[in-house]
Amino acid sequence: MAKVIFPDHLLPFVGGNREINIEAKRYRELVEILETRWPGCGIELEKCAVAIDSQIYQDAFLEDLLSESEVFFVRKIEGG
Amino acid sequence: MAEAVDYKIIGERPVRPDGVDKVTGRAQYGADLSLPNTLIGSVLRSPHAHARIKSIDVTAALSMQGVYAAITSEDFASPDGEVGGEAAGSASDLAKNVMATDKVLYHGHAVAAIAASTKEIADLALDAIVVEYDVLEPVLDIDEAMKDTAPLLDPDCYTQNLPEKAEKPSNIASVMQLSGGNLEEGFAAADIIVEGEYNIPMAHQGYIEPHACTATVNEAGQATVWCCTQGHFEFRSMTAALLGMNIADLKFIASEIGGGFGGKTVVYLEPVAVLLSKIAGRPVKMTMSREEVFRATGPTSGTHCKVKVGAKKDGTLTAASAWLAYEAGAFAGAPMGPGAMCIFAPYKLENFFVEAFDVLVNKPKVAAYRAPGAPQSAHAMEIALDDLARELEMDPIDLRLKNAVQEGDQATYGPKFPRIGFKECLEAAKNHPNYKTALEEGTGRGVSAGFWFNVGMQSSAEVHVNENGTVTLVEGNPDIGGSRASMCIMASETLGIEYESIRAMIGDTESTGFSNVTGGSRTTFATGMAVVQACEDIIAQCKARAAVTWGVDEDQVEWQDGQAIPAPGVNADVKPLSLADIASQAHKTGGPLLGRASLNAQGPGPSFAVNICDLKVDQETGKVDVTAFTAIQDAGKAIHPDYVEGQMQGGTSQGLGWALNEEYIFDANGVMENAGFLDYRIPVASDLPMIDCHIVEVPNPTHPFGVRGVGETPIVTPLAAAANAVRDATGVRINDLPLSPPKILEALDGND
Repeated sequence: MAKVIFPDHLLPFVGGNREINIEAKRYRELVEILETRWPGCGIELEKCAVAIDSQIYQDAFLEDLLSESEVFFVRKIEGG
Repeated sequence: MAEAVDYKIIGERPVRPDGVDKVTGRAQYGADLSLPNTLIGSVLRSPHAHARIKSIDVTAALSMQGVYAAITSEDFASPDGEVGGEAAGSASDLAKNVMATDKVLYHGHAVAAIAASTKEIADLALDAIVVEYDVLEPVLDIDEAMKDTAPLLDPDCYTQNLPEKAEKPSNIASVMQLSGGNLEEGFAAADIIVEGEYNIPMAHQGYIEPHACTATVNEAGQATVWCCTQGHFEFRSMTAALLGMNIADLKFIASEIGGGFGGKTVVYLEPVAVLLSKIAGRPVKMTMSREEVFRATGPTSGTHCKVKVGAKKDGTLTAASAWLAYEAGAFAGAPMGPGAMCIFAPYKLENFFVEAFDVLVNKPKVAAYRAPGAPQSAHAMEIALDDLARELEMDPIDLRLKNAVQEGDQATYGPKFPRIGFKECLEAAKNHPNYKTALEEGTGRGVSAGFWFNVGMQSSAEVHVNENGTVTLVEGNPDIGGSRASMCIMASETLGIEYESIRAMIGDTESTGFSNVTGGSRTTFATGMAVVQACEDIIAQCKARAAVTWGVDEDQVEWQDGQAIPAPGVNADVKPLSLADIASQAHKTGGPLLGRASLNAQGPGPSFAVNICDLKVDQETGKVDVTAFTAIQDAGKAIHPDYVEGQMQGGTSQGLGWALNEEYIFDANGVMENAGFLDYRIPVASDLPMIDCHIVEVPNPTHPFGVRGVGETPIVTPLAAAANAVRDATGVRINDLPLSPPKILEALDGND
């Protein structure tokens, strides 16, 4: 199961859970499961970038998840 | 360290293809275009930092001979939703920043615009516009702005991201927190604790070329806009949103650009010029003065930061906390998020807490500036570490090495680090001859380190093979720092043909695929990846053409050193076919060769930097002279080292300017008092020594050549490096910037 970690600003949208484990094969499926569990959180997740196994994705969608994957939601990065 | 890879041209320093035009004045910048019958557009700007607009009357201006159009916010659409890309944020706020609606929120805020036959008539017409204001008290100090009693810039602004929904409006647009471990236990475990409070004033990106554009709209409502921009596709999107236009009716052509540094990722003039041209029926050209650039375009945030760091006697960090307040200017969107995520990122830290605030003040709306938000927070942390090293009597590089993150460590902003080169940078600094050189009397040495994420994002590229085998690259990213040369090098390496056979051009919004801005340190990484993939597309096509020519299967052809050859073991009595051979016969084998790629690049690879700054402080005048500066940075792989070093030297120069001299100075009414380069002093060549660059190469595994972005990290470190060197030279710690002569003299006098 993938380990999913939420930053402070997302905790109100995911029941206050800092860390959960979810069975999902792809990022899209993971978000669907989270939205089912906490309706409305998907909009907030969409505003985030996500780090999957150390690589940051600004626009994740179809990325594969492994059973030991670590998924961190982080604020989207801007640059100059 | 880096794996040794035997590249043919990557890492070499060929002459840039656009160099001659740029040094001879032929290159066309934003203000250089001249179309027949062009009108001049000018903007009327607010004389107040905070006021309610009661009325605007343009009747008298419009009646003047030679005036063809006058607009106010009422002529714009009322966009909602968000604009994407680097300037992501509220479309409504963007529209209000381009043209004020009910309130002006900073001195210089646009309130109306005129198109006239000459600049002189346009300026007279601006004087004829009658605006009635109800002047309000400006909010200029970040600490005052955060108080409950402060006048509100926006009565509809309720603080976002609070644990409980805000019940009353505030100038604090949003807050964020990052935490890990147990802060109390972490500080309890410390043998020594240092803390400090740090202030940095608002500063400008200081690009030499002011904003400029020309727009023309035809009778069908189709517009063409020439402008200096870091991203013409995103300028197109923003202009469409602000004017309620169909994107298909807008064509944006990027001129050459004389610097941006993040400040040219957002529109100011372009929607105004389109609207004026649409009304006037003639082209409209708009060029900002330097004063307008200072007063009305994106500076970066002034900040107030507090940092506390605990450590064991051996230097191991046990806990750290930070309170970071960032000025947003007139509208929400200060870079407090990246500032908070960067502050502790270089260090292994189990127990930490960061709280950051996005604060509205009556100053220009901030825009991105190289590693937005990171220099300010790094300044605080790196000074605290310097103080810690002094208390521990430990070498400042050793202290950082003891706590430096490496691959697999958990970043304080969330995920584990992929492969990174921070320790390699620190070791390079420790071993650098400049760090071992004895200091002259009266000279101080400061060290600092910094981190930036880098981004990938969307890029497109096409490769056209000409009939003689030469190549034209088309990409969608304006060339700000030598990217044409880097793209040509990557194409040369991939295709196996001479660098001199390749030309790169920047396509307009109708001639190449969508590309995000040239910003975020992404172009060599992401657009370079698109160029490599487009070249690989060409190679696949060439192998197919060779197979047809030789009458073998495609998998029996290989591409090596710029030519198709039979695969090992294939029994074909043929001569290798070069790209020129295949191109010259392309009309017989399927037509012209065109390769293309578009992608959303992921895995940009974080970058780290370390600085060593030597400087001398004149005890009588307080003037600081930087005597030596060493910039060390992990570039992953330097495609063209000249342009990596150029970024390192440029970022360092800007960081030193910010550290030593640059600041927005406002009077009590919120009027900037130094809106020109005489009084807002950026460093010139004679102010700085040659900046020594040491490129560390720890390849980024997600890029075909190992590239990491290099454009932003160089500005994260110089602020603290200079501050720590001043501390070393004078024995006095000054936590606030800039380290200008009056501030240094005051500190020295106080020390006496």
